Amino acid sequence: MSAAPAEVDLPRSADNPVSDKPWVTIVWNDPVNLMSYVTYVFQHVFGYPKKKATKLMLDVHHKGKAVVAAGAREAMERNVEILHGYGLWATVKQDK
Amino acid sequence: MEPFRSVRGGGARAWLAAAEASLLRSLVGQIMALVEPDESAVIVDPGPVDPGGQAGPRDAAEEAELAALEAMVHGPGSESAPEDPVLARLLPDGYRDDPESAGEFRKYTEPALRSAKYQAAQEMLDTLPDEGGRIQLTADQALSWLKALNDVRLALGVRLGVTEEFEEQWSRLKPDDPQWTAYEVYAWLGAVQESLVQAMN
Repeated sequence: MSAAPAEVDLPRSADNPVSDKPWVTIVWNDPVNLMSYVTYVFQHVFGYPKKKATKLMLDVHHKGKAVVAAGAREAMERNVEILHGYGLWATVKQDK
Repeated sequence: MEPFRSVRGGGARAWLAAAEASLLRSLVGQIMALVEPDESAVIVDPGPVDPGGQAGPRDAAEEAELAALEAMVHGPGSESAPEDPVLARLLPDGYRDDPESAGEFRKYTEPALRSAKYQAAQEMLDTLPDEGGRIQLTADQALSWLKALNDVRLALGVRLGVTEEFEEQWSRLKPDDPQWTAYEVYAWLGAVQESLVQAMN
């Protein structure tokens, strides 16, 4: 994962009793989405301040992907569904 | 076109020529045809009310028949990714390297995703006059425009095989190349979307 753990909110949840490894939402780079748009979506969907949203966007752009959120699996799946609604290329994964 | 600018109290406004409005309507309409969810025909757009009251509520058998028909046409609730690369990009897998989870995720989310994309596109068409002219959007409508414009750009980008080096790809084309106009449209759509993002910031 390219994003530093300090960048990621880790809402602890009782929804994920099987493993204490958090699930993460990953956004992948793609050549179409505008950098400004991706930043806007991170701000709008996650309520991240512009600075954090911009850093995550740049991670996606330069490193090919970034972890944009972590937490319970269901919450990460919901994130991915929302991000797909915005046309971002997002996936769920259990952090390892 | 006059690019989008923010308006006081949220939202954005722009001005489009008739030809630009017509182009946008056509492109957005194509996205709607691609993602059209089964619900759109039944729930989102129930059509005119039957004045004679001939059509009663559908019974269970009719519902099942309809669902089977819809499943045949649209493949809703499918666990496999669409074969069309454009549709596969608009409705991507939710898991990588985990086909089982990806299939489950798709089964339960794809119909709603199709519906959401369809509705964003519909809202864009609803606020885009046929003849062009002034466009005035609330913040919510602007969000629908951003999503719908992005879907159009994704579709066109996949069809054209756009990479990060879009400008170079475009500059290598001769002006009489059949794809030249599509590249120009793609670039223009990017400018429209960029101006709307900036207006919403």
